[in-house]
Amino acid sequence: MSTGLFLVQVLNGLQLGILLFLVAAGLTLVFGVMDFINLAHGVQYMLGAYLGAALAAATGSFWLGLLLALPAALFFGLLLEVLIFRHLYDRDHLSQVLATFGVILFLNQAMKAIWGAAPLQVPVPALLEGGVVLMPGLQYPLYRIAVLIAGLLTGLGLWFLVERTRIGMLVRAGATNAAMVSALGVDIRRLFMLVFAFGAMLAGFAGVLAGPIFSVEPGMGDHVLILAFVVIVIGGIGSIRGAFIAALIIGVTDTLGKSLMPDLMRLFLDPSAARQTGAALASMLIYIAMAAILAFRPRGLFPAKGG
Amino acid sequence: MPRGLKLDTLLTLLVLLALAAAPLLGFGANHYMTLFARMMIFAAAALSLSFLVGGAGLASLGHAAAMGVGAYAVAILDAHRVTDMTTVLPVAILASALFSLLTGAIAVRTEGVNFIMITLAFGQMAFFTASSLSAYGGDDGYTLYDRTELLGSRLLESRLFFHYLCLGFLLFCWGMCAMLLASRFGRVLRATRENALRAQAVGFAPYPYRLLAYVIGGTLAGLAGVLFANASEFIAPAYMGWQRSGELIFMVILGGLGRLSGAILGAIVFVLLETWLPNITTHWKMIFGPILILAVIFMRGGLSGVLGARRG
Amino acid sequence: MGFWGRAVAEALLSIQGLRKHYGGLAVTNDVSLDVRPGEIHALIGPNGAGKTTLIHQISGTVTPDAGRVVFADADITRLSLPRRVQAGLARSFQITSIIAGFSVLENVALAAQAKSGSSFRFFRPAAREEKLNATARNALAEVGLAERANAIAGALSHGEKRALEIAIALASAPRLLLLDEPLAGAGPEETEKLIALLRRLKARYAILLVEHDMQAVFALADRISVLAEGRIIASGSTAEIRASAEVRAAYLGDEDLPC
Repeated sequence: MSTGLFLVQVLNGLQLGILLFLVAAGLTLVFGVMDFINLAHGVQYMLGAYLGAALAAATGSFWLGLLLALPAALFFGLLLEVLIFRHLYDRDHLSQVLATFGVILFLNQAMKAIWGAAPLQVPVPALLEGGVVLMPGLQYPLYRIAVLIAGLLTGLGLWFLVERTRIGMLVRAGATNAAMVSALGVDIRRLFMLVFAFGAMLAGFAGVLAGPIFSVEPGMGDHVLILAFVVIVIGGIGSIRGAFIAALIIGVTDTLGKSLMPDLMRLFLDPSAARQTGAALASMLIYIAMAAILAFRPRGLFPAKGG
Repeated sequence: MPRGLKLDTLLTLLVLLALAAAPLLGFGANHYMTLFARMMIFAAAALSLSFLVGGAGLASLGHAAAMGVGAYAVAILDAHRVTDMTTVLPVAILASALFSLLTGAIAVRTEGVNFIMITLAFGQMAFFTASSLSAYGGDDGYTLYDRTELLGSRLLESRLFFHYLCLGFLLFCWGMCAMLLASRFGRVLRATRENALRAQAVGFAPYPYRLLAYVIGGTLAGLAGVLFANASEFIAPAYMGWQRSGELIFMVILGGLGRLSGAILGAIVFVLLETWLPNITTHWKMIFGPILILAVIFMRGGLSGVLGARRG
Repeated sequence: MGFWGRAVAEALLSIQGLRKHYGGLAVTNDVSLDVRPGEIHALIGPNGAGKTTLIHQISGTVTPDAGRVVFADADITRLSLPRRVQAGLARSFQITSIIAGFSVLENVALAAQAKSGSSFRFFRPAAREEKLNATARNALAEVGLAERANAIAGALSHGEKRALEIAIALASAPRLLLLDEPLAGAGPEETEKLIALLRRLKARYAILLVEHDMQAVFALADRISVLAEGRIIASGSTAEIRASAEVRAAYLGDEDLPC
């Protein structure tokens, strides 16, 4: 594989990682602060993508679509929280899994009912069309670079929010010991809602960004959800920093793995067997990585709740 | 000490009685028998999972993979024209036990959501492995030539015989899991599930017990997989995936965590909903989803809880 | 230690030079003490002295950085918690740790089961094993919980739960009891009952008793060791400790600190 191709795959991997981070950040906070397993976080991502696509088509502008989709995603997130999730905070994890799965079933089907099963096309905004020349003869889509930058900026903003503001301190404290924070007189309900809503918006944001790159279809959130869970388990539950690092690792591993593995297998097997085994191994790679990391650090790389 | 039959146990016995009598009472048509077989096989699989979750506190999101290993044992042997139970059964048992032992050795060291994720990971690995086995169908799945033979006979082809075979297996699973949970072994499992520190402080190292429980649960699921392969005469990688594992968890929770009989009821209700709802509308999942949500919010303790049973 | 030859030969539990650091803080700083059969050796000290960490190192939930824990002439410093229990060292917890979903009887029968052969038995219902039940009932009778045998453990009052903790420890047929604040949170009546119980137990077991309740300590203890800031600052009979100036300083100094 040439250097240029390798570089492209690494960039693709980083960009997948950034999107994963945006989804995982909300997930890890919600789990860390509220001890709530939210399987429906993946549909937040999907909702963002559909809202972005629909609003962009309706207004004729990607940017307007993005601008409107964010508050809409926030609204739906809050709706889910008020209607369903807040009844589940004191329940055991498996009940939460079951109920949030019900939300997935409903929303996946709803998307299919409203927009049909075929993927929606979301055109890249005019401003970000075209490519950037990385090396002589190698162009990389401008849009993907923009996504990378947007994600990094958001990550930076999130870091600032969590590490340097009072609200962020409360959230961090809540992720370490929610009962203590409540005992200190903080309105824990409001903190929960805030964390939840913000996480939902981040996931929705990732969905809008993903529109032009990945296909917008019912069930698109499911794969992302599993990846996001792998990310937060590896990164350590409740840790934004862990989610960031783990997301990049997973994004790059998954992308590079899928492109390199079949080639690697060709050293040992014939082409068609190599393609198959390669694809299978590539898909397993992130799970193997997770099992390996958990074998040495059973609580993830940067667990928030003490050591 | 027998405190009289709990209501959910009684109801489950009645349901099983009804299933036993059904073919003789006019419900012998093919589509009924298919439905019943599916109910009983999933009930057995859900039972084995309830043993793990409610008994040992091992919430595995990879249980379908163990079931799938059993199913694939049937498929792979069938591809090599080995079709008698005398070979298929021991191979399936060995394969699913080994799978559970190897994955459990790592998984049981973790706890909480990490355990859920690791079992999910192993399930996905099994799924991808099965998808890459093009000799045995790969992504498209594998169709059996015929059902497994029983000592040379084709008894399993008889829907009636198969019906009672599944029922017998379900009763066996139920009895076995109940017996295990009441035994010394089960007492240690239940103690470790509730308060691992206390179990250790009394002299029990949790790991060997939990690992053994994980292997037993996986092996029972593998046996259910053998029956499932025969019931549908078709084996696909999707049988191993996380969606199927999730469905098994739902059956357990729907029935009521910690109640073996609940898992049976939960599986039956789930299969019924899954079969009937699509007749109402293609968008039946928009009905099913809210049903799940409402069931979880308002029916604490699942179906068993509604019938007054308390988690033991 | 050889100088105290006779004491070493008699000691059932001997802690030698235990050290434990968390970051730069020495939570356990060269602690040595021993417990003889048939005595109650009380461990007292102001808050933050490191009593709980010390107990964890003796029972096996925390590994010391240096030093040895010797029990019945065997070095158990690296032994896991379950193994130490099997060797005869049982502990109760400061924060009640019982199995809330089990009945009172089953909680204790579980402990008896651990000492009664293998638990890899799959066929007979454990609840029907009369030997285990008998051992359990005896332990419950000792602590005065015999009539509550069939109650669900989670439904017990706080004092009853503390007694259950002790019953569970007894059913492990230990040689030494490690009791971590058994009187914590008990009302005056329950305290009296527990003190009487501990007096009865002294004859059969060696007891290392960690407690805050000074009256109970002075009434029960044969020897007292005082832990402050991770080290033993005084050790001796009740009279000696009562008279000790260092002990008074350690406690009173603590009380004079502004909140």
